[in-house]
Amino acid sequence: MEVLSNNLQVLFQGLALGSIYALVALGFVLIIRATNVVNFAQGDFAMLGGYAMVLFTVGIPGNPDLHIPGIGIHLPYWLAIVLAAGVMAVIGIAFNFGVYYPLRNRQFLPVLISTLGASIFLQNTVLAVFNPQPRPLDKLIHSEGITVGGVFLDSQYLVILGFTILAVAFQYFFFEHTLIGKKLQATSQDKDMARLLGIPVSLMIIITFIYSAVLGGLAGVLVGPILFVSIGMGSTIALKAFAATIIGGFGDVAGAIVGGLIIGVIESFAAYYISVPYKDAYAFLALFLVLLLRPQGIFGEKVSEKA
Amino acid sequence: MTQAAAHAGPTLRPQNNAGGLVVLAILAIGLPLLPYAFPISDYVLNIFMNSVTYAMAVLGMVVVLGYAGQINLAQAAFFGVGAYAVALGTVDHGMSFWISVLLGMGAAAIAGLVLGLTTLRLGGHYLAMITISFQQIFDLVMVNWIPVTHGPDGIAGINPPSLFSLALTDKRAYLLFCAVVLFLLIWFVWWVPGTRLGRAMRAVRDNELAAETIGVHTLRTKVIAFTISAVLGGIGGSLYAAGFSYISPDNFSFLRSIEFLTAVLLGGAQSPFGAALGTVLIVLLPEWLRFLKSLYLAVYGLGVILIIVFLPEGIWGLLRNTFQRVRKPKAPMVGVVPALNFDIQTQRGRPLLTLVNLQKHFGGLRAVDGIDLRVEAGTVHALIGPNGSGKTTSLNVVNGIYKPTAGRIDFDGTDITQLTPHDRAGLGMGRTFQNIRLFQTMTALENVMVGGQRDNNPMEAGRDALVTRALSALDFVGVLDRAQMIVRNLPYGHQRLVEIARALAAHPKLLLLDEPGAGLNQTEKQELVGLLKRLRGHGLTIFLIDHDMGLVEKVSDTITVLNFGKKIAEGSPQDVLRHPDVIAAYLGEGPTGAAARA
Repeated sequence: MEVLSNNLQVLFQGLALGSIYALVALGFVLIIRATNVVNFAQGDFAMLGGYAMVLFTVGIPGNPDLHIPGIGIHLPYWLAIVLAAGVMAVIGIAFNFGVYYPLRNRQFLPVLISTLGASIFLQNTVLAVFNPQPRPLDKLIHSEGITVGGVFLDSQYLVILGFTILAVAFQYFFFEHTLIGKKLQATSQDKDMARLLGIPVSLMIIITFIYSAVLGGLAGVLVGPILFVSIGMGSTIALKAFAATIIGGFGDVAGAIVGGLIIGVIESFAAYYISVPYKDAYAFLALFLVLLLRPQGIFGEKVSEKA
Repeated sequence: MTQAAAHAGPTLRPQNNAGGLVVLAILAIGLPLLPYAFPISDYVLNIFMNSVTYAMAVLGMVVVLGYAGQINLAQAAFFGVGAYAVALGTVDHGMSFWISVLLGMGAAAIAGLVLGLTTLRLGGHYLAMITISFQQIFDLVMVNWIPVTHGPDGIAGINPPSLFSLALTDKRAYLLFCAVVLFLLIWFVWWVPGTRLGRAMRAVRDNELAAETIGVHTLRTKVIAFTISAVLGGIGGSLYAAGFSYISPDNFSFLRSIEFLTAVLLGGAQSPFGAALGTVLIVLLPEWLRFLKSLYLAVYGLGVILIIVFLPEGIWGLLRNTFQRVRKPKAPMVGVVPALNFDIQTQRGRPLLTLVNLQKHFGGLRAVDGIDLRVEAGTVHALIGPNGSGKTTSLNVVNGIYKPTAGRIDFDGTDITQLTPHDRAGLGMGRTFQNIRLFQTMTALENVMVGGQRDNNPMEAGRDALVTRALSALDFVGVLDRAQMIVRNLPYGHQRLVEIARALAAHPKLLLLDEPGAGLNQTEKQELVGLLKRLRGHGLTIFLIDHDMGLVEKVSDTITVLNFGKKIAEGSPQDVLRHPDVIAAYLGEGPTGAAARA
């Protein structure tokens, strides 16, 4: 009984952590589908979301080095979340115009490198405004959590799981049952044809970046109370989210979610049973294995280039 | 023969610049001698040391990214493998410096090989991801495996080696030694592009699919490039460790990998000189930009984006382009070129290519639905049919780009159904593409040389023979005077001819032409018909697809007509083009069918 409840506890944490990876992975996949670009700054959207919350609930500590004064801002939590989502939308637009748009007609490699540059830029700009100290965020719900059958369900983990389910349901409805969602799908499948049909392709891509930035930002808000908000948080999350997209099947929406959950669970069990310091390595080992045995991922299909 | 080869001599390295190598030799040896002449602080000496060792890792990036077009985001980890080998080998295990360096190179090579073999077949994004993962795992292991790696504290007391009983403990002497090594490595990286392997790498970078179909073992080429890059990183790291006598995991972080990447992009990924330049800038920039304080890295990230947008070929590329614009264009190549020898040994009339019940399905779509077909040696066989009838898919299956869903392909008596495209090319199957697939940044001559360097090409070994063969092929199609031009600057019609020459240089037994007439004007089409007739006159077997019935009728011995993935007619041009089913397939059943019945 003890063993079982321990395992369930670990599983629960793994699923919650995996949900975060899945949320960021969803953002990844949307951008891949719309633009064929792998955005290596996707994790930094989570980091920015976290810092936007710090900004609106605590303020800026100030950096005398750059003559940035400290400012205290203490807004209510729900308002801070709304504002943070707004900030992320603006960042999504800026990202589209600053990083993707100038390179939209180039091959994937220059764009990839450009997103890496954006990642360094974003992290260090935030570092200059805030200091390197990781910051905790308040939990979304004041209660600690509940205990079911010997398994302690932390309230924040429950919130994360609930939000992920909502986000997935919303995304399904949005893409399958709204006109704008269908236009987005058309854009991702064939830009030229979409353009001929009068779909404003550039606008659709902007919307994709906004959506994916807000989603990533909210993932950061959700994970903040657990992992703390820090400059490097995005890189770690992004790498695992990207591993999740490959394990699930490159560019596949369901695959991103399943892949994210798988990685969360593997990580959580391996940390519990094997060793904690190497926690971050297990996801990558799983990735190596998948690439060796089933490189197209769980839901992926083999595709070959058309001559 | 020898005349032509001798003439071709100076043209072998159109991309490179021997003058630069001399200047660099002077710099490489001269600069490190400065500390002997003038008193220089340790601080400046360290900047030199940094530049020289980092440059070696950046040279690796030239090979993998600049030449082979593959990303490597773990160069700092390979650098670290070399550094840790020397640090642990000499400090903890009392090994000789030289043995440790060799171990470091070996370890880097094995790591590069394993990573490359697992991911390079997937390429692109996967490679980016896997190299980042490797970098992260390397960091984790170095920090956490304390009993072996000393963990975050790092390793101190690494001593420089002695060379021929000459102790290099003097920092200046050791720097000079490293500079000599760097110079040799630059020479090596400069030498690679003109070699068989180097051409293969650049072909993969410019057009991987075309490279594979004309006989380049693309996976092997990429893995070799990646491994060379890892080893160059390992050498740099080994020398770095002894140069600074202390290392810790911080020196080999992901950010350092990005630094190596930025250096190669800034300097120019196509050239070892650009790499050296980029490295010096990347080492000096933090010193120059001290006034930015904590914003430095943010500006640096912005800089990466700006380089990518505004300096796609790096500083060296910019300098070279400016220089080439000022310099007089090279005189077109003239001289005696031997006639192209076709070396056709197959007897006319024997089946050269046989398709048995060939099928290719994409999901529910039966693009090719059970085709039986024989191409006889020495004939021109055309495959025609309306749009979407499965012509190009058939060609792609014959060629190995697609694996058939069912059926069998025999080529010259061998079952090739399971062979890769490059193996098929190695058996003598040549090909051109509907949307021309040349290696855009290489010269016409180099493009054709890549074609000529397929496995088992029945010709003399050696570079001179290959150049001669390529020139002969260019001469045969009539664009010899364009041999030295970068193909993307050639007009469309000439590009098509270069593509045919590329296939001919390989002594093909069978030439597959995918819509050779597409996009040509009437004059060019007539020239093409002439060329195809000459090829037939030499006994070459051709299997072609085209939409232009006039062209097909003029050159073909046999025509096969496809519709909805099935063969509906076959025979001589006169018979087939009058066949009612063929007319119906092209014009539709409607009034014509009714008229025929009435």
